[in-house]
Amino acid sequence: MPRFLSFRDFDWPLLGLVMVLSVISVLEIYSATLHTKFVGFDRMQILWLAAGLVAMLALTWVDYHRLIEFVHWAYGFCLFALVAVLLVGQKVLGARRWIRIGSVHFQPSEWVKIIMILAVARYFSNLSGKELTWQDIFKAIAMVGVPMLLVLKQPDLGTALTYSPILLAGLFLGGINWKQATILTLSALILLGGAWYSGKVLKPYQKARLTSFINPDNDPKGSGYQIRQSLIAVGSGGVLGKGATKGTQTQGDFLPIPYTDFIFAAFCEEHGFVGACLVLLLYFLILMRLIQNAQTAADLPGTFIVMGVVAVIIFQIAVNVGMVIGLMPVTGIPLPLMSYGGSSVLFTFLALGMVMNVRMNRFVN
Amino acid sequence: MLNREEKIPAIKLAAFQYGIAGILIVLIFGLWRLQVIGAKNYRALADENRIRKVPILAPRGKLFDREGRLIVDNYPSVSCFIVREQGHDVEPDLPLIARGLHMSVEQLDAILRHYRLAPRYQPLPVKQDITPDEEEFIEAHRDELPELETIDEQRRLYPRDGFASHLIGYVGEVSENMLENDARYAAYEPGDVVGQSGVEQTYDQLLRGRDGSQDVIVDSHGREEGMLGREPAQPGQSLKLTIDLDMQRAAEIALGNRNGAIIAMDPRTGEVLAMVSHPSFDPNAFAVRLTREYWNKLLTDPDHPLLNKAIQAQLAPGSTFKIIMATAGLQEGIAQNLHVNCTGGASFYGRYFKCWIPHGGHGATGITKGIYQSCDVFFYTLAEHLGIDKIALWAHRLGLGQKTGIDLPNEVAGTMPSEEWKMKNYHQKWYAGETISVGIGQGAIAATPVQMARAIAGIASGGVLRRPHVVFPDEVPPEYRQAIADSFPGTGDATIPLDPANWQIITDAMAEVMSPAGTSPSAHLEGIDFAGKTGSAQVVSNEAKGRLGGGKALRDNAWFVGITPRRNPEIVVTTLLEGGEHGRFAGRVAAQVISAYVTKQRRLEDNLLETAKTPTAPAAARPVDVGALWSDPQPAAAGEHAAEPETQTANFHGGHFLLDPRDYPLAPDARRLDTQHGQVAVRRKNAVPPLAVISHPVP
Repeated sequence: MPRFLSFRDFDWPLLGLVMVLSVISVLEIYSATLHTKFVGFDRMQILWLAAGLVAMLALTWVDYHRLIEFVHWAYGFCLFALVAVLLVGQKVLGARRWIRIGSVHFQPSEWVKIIMILAVARYFSNLSGKELTWQDIFKAIAMVGVPMLLVLKQPDLGTALTYSPILLAGLFLGGINWKQATILTLSALILLGGAWYSGKVLKPYQKARLTSFINPDNDPKGSGYQIRQSLIAVGSGGVLGKGATKGTQTQGDFLPIPYTDFIFAAFCEEHGFVGACLVLLLYFLILMRLIQNAQTAADLPGTFIVMGVVAVIIFQIAVNVGMVIGLMPVTGIPLPLMSYGGSSVLFTFLALGMVMNVRMNRFVN
Repeated sequence: MLNREEKIPAIKLAAFQYGIAGILIVLIFGLWRLQVIGAKNYRALADENRIRKVPILAPRGKLFDREGRLIVDNYPSVSCFIVREQGHDVEPDLPLIARGLHMSVEQLDAILRHYRLAPRYQPLPVKQDITPDEEEFIEAHRDELPELETIDEQRRLYPRDGFASHLIGYVGEVSENMLENDARYAAYEPGDVVGQSGVEQTYDQLLRGRDGSQDVIVDSHGREEGMLGREPAQPGQSLKLTIDLDMQRAAEIALGNRNGAIIAMDPRTGEVLAMVSHPSFDPNAFAVRLTREYWNKLLTDPDHPLLNKAIQAQLAPGSTFKIIMATAGLQEGIAQNLHVNCTGGASFYGRYFKCWIPHGGHGATGITKGIYQSCDVFFYTLAEHLGIDKIALWAHRLGLGQKTGIDLPNEVAGTMPSEEWKMKNYHQKWYAGETISVGIGQGAIAATPVQMARAIAGIASGGVLRRPHVVFPDEVPPEYRQAIADSFPGTGDATIPLDPANWQIITDAMAEVMSPAGTSPSAHLEGIDFAGKTGSAQVVSNEAKGRLGGGKALRDNAWFVGITPRRNPEIVVTTLLEGGEHGRFAGRVAAQVISAYVTKQRRLEDNLLETAKTPTAPAAARPVDVGALWSDPQPAAAGEHAAEPETQTANFHGGHFLLDPRDYPLAPDARRLDTQHGQVAVRRKNAVPPLAVISHPVP
């Protein structure tokens, strides 16, 4: 199909907002690792960001329709990789998440998100125009649920959970009716309750982590320690913060992993309520811009892809920031565009690449 | 294949937008709650996290003798701890640590096991008082052994060889038992080092000072990152003891390696000049880690090295009690006219009581001869005349059977039997025959050396008894002085009216004890007005001794209580030799101490004379023998002497031992310890070189 892509159609404001957040992220990683053995992670993050930009541009050049066409192959490969991780994966901190190929460590569960977004987009756009039957719904649940369970088995509760917003967004946009939604919600609650009390699905430490946010003082040295330290970091930051590299909780190593999962706590401590609101505002602008791109998408798959990305990002923000301020359990979900880490950065930029692709193809028909 | 006509309804995308806005508003509300409403609270928690109060240990007050010479010092010392909070496994490092600190892996294992239940953040004491090369080892292995920490402390440095150890006491960590059961330790914390005996215990609260603290910024591993505020430590108060090092040294040497005790006291004030108990222990061993072997040895030693026998040995005083008998007898008006004919024994209440000279006896004996020849028959008869209640009354007045209230822990009261006492304790009637034994200081009666010193010094001072003490009362704050007096109740200061004629008879007779006719002629000090009384107290009866074969433990205890001069005495010395066989041996020991005292006073006076002489006084002012004053039965009033010109006064003090100081050569010069504090009270222009030099172990 003949295509003409112009960088005039590239979403420059979106990229600008993303880059502002990325700079904030690099600076905060610098501050949070200043007195630790992880010093220099800020420079690593710049490299990851560069790699992410390249990946984003690369993906921009590939028509998303082509991606969707081949997504069933990718989906099959995903299942294979996730099973492989469980069988031959490297055990790090008690969880098998990584496959080592040569000298490269490879964590498939992050990449699976991209595939899931594409797969869901393809599935629901094919169903468009008709009422969703229960069969359609169960197929969708199975499609997302199988990789989810495999990731949960690693065990990586956090990443497994990030697949669920893709499914929910798909169901919502794909035309699920009120009756179905209500029945689904109720049965999901019953299922989750059963899983919780059966003790088979979640390991005790996962349960402890999930509940300790409700009362961290019950176990100040155990799973509640991280939440407690995080709350102290955020709260002690006050309105204006303690200043960059001056956060006592961050610099004194009281705050756990202040450059990845708890980077927002470190940021809140050093830049206060004002800084935190600014970052949330940036996220808001980015998300609104993404939704605008979904509205202007040329076709349903484009809309589904962008909304999948939106769903994943808002879910991760809600869970991560909620965790940092004690509203959510500790699940180990990174904050997109802020947390340090190659997998996270690459996912975000690949997702943005798909969004750019959708945008640049918006007039192609 | 793909439907390109359909569109997602705009309302669904709008729902997303509102949903996102809602989520972000909830998050902002959460941030508001923490960062705006809770900021103050969380800031305090953050400070609590990162600021650690590190104690600055207050240096313990030093102890000086009455002339300001240093007895107990502190020295800087470094202790090594293991800190387990580092997320670093200690076990594999043990062989390296053991090698560097010159310990065995088993020892380290034992320490880890001992503290296995302690919280992780509590540092474990590994080795105290480490050597410089061990410190260097820790410094050099900071990276491999991050768990090793050192802290600087001040440790006690006591004199060597147990010098004055019972008097000074020792320090150690406060025990759980003390913390829980003793109100005095309510303000103390586990791990605090406290005085455990002697002056260290009594004056602990003054000596310990108050620890300060340093606010240190730490990270979550406890590593220091900076300093904040600082509350300096208040050093402990140094104390000047009433002890005279020269006298203490003389007493230590005089007692030598014999078991027993010596206490030398100024009867005018109650100031203890020397206090010795042998065998002794090494308090330095307590200052660092006390080995189990050494502690067991101290506990099981049959000679009780931990006992301060000067205040804790309660034994039959034997014939030294006859001075108290004589006082009772004279005051009751019985002894003046009592004359017995000693034939080596006498019968009382149907039982024959032997005199200590069984054959021939002392012949015609009155009170004076009864004292200097220590005639048992005379005192048997006196006891019979007085009866137990009168004896007990006077003994009580003179402080027997009660604590003296000396400012040292764990003084014992001894026993003074009486009818009432026997009924109360044994529910038995008093037998008149028992009174006879009590008359010579045997039977149920038990006294401590300090009680005998106070009692006999009091009699010789005309009935003025003083509370013995080892720290000058004006050294301690008034409220603390009162607390000390309340915590060490006893007979204290007391004045009992004694007829001067009576105590003059007694002290004159005591002076005769050292004459060739007395019981202790070998204790005679030429030219020194020395009076005293021997005592040879049986531990078991003579019959039992024969039956048991007369082992060392059954030998008589030798006692001696001596004063000098005999009027207005300046010093009283009580000597107790356990198993010393005869009081005259104790007399010789006491004579050495007395002689050291007089020699020192003469050296001081000689010196004073030199200075006084330079501008004015001619040599003719010198030997003025004012000792004659004391042959006057009326004691000279203090005012008379005070009115005399200074040189005369000097001579008066120098001469009251009835000797020209020039006849006695001065002791070789001795190095004065540098106290570093300028607290040495140089009382005279030409400071007297002290006799005593105490040596501390090299830390």
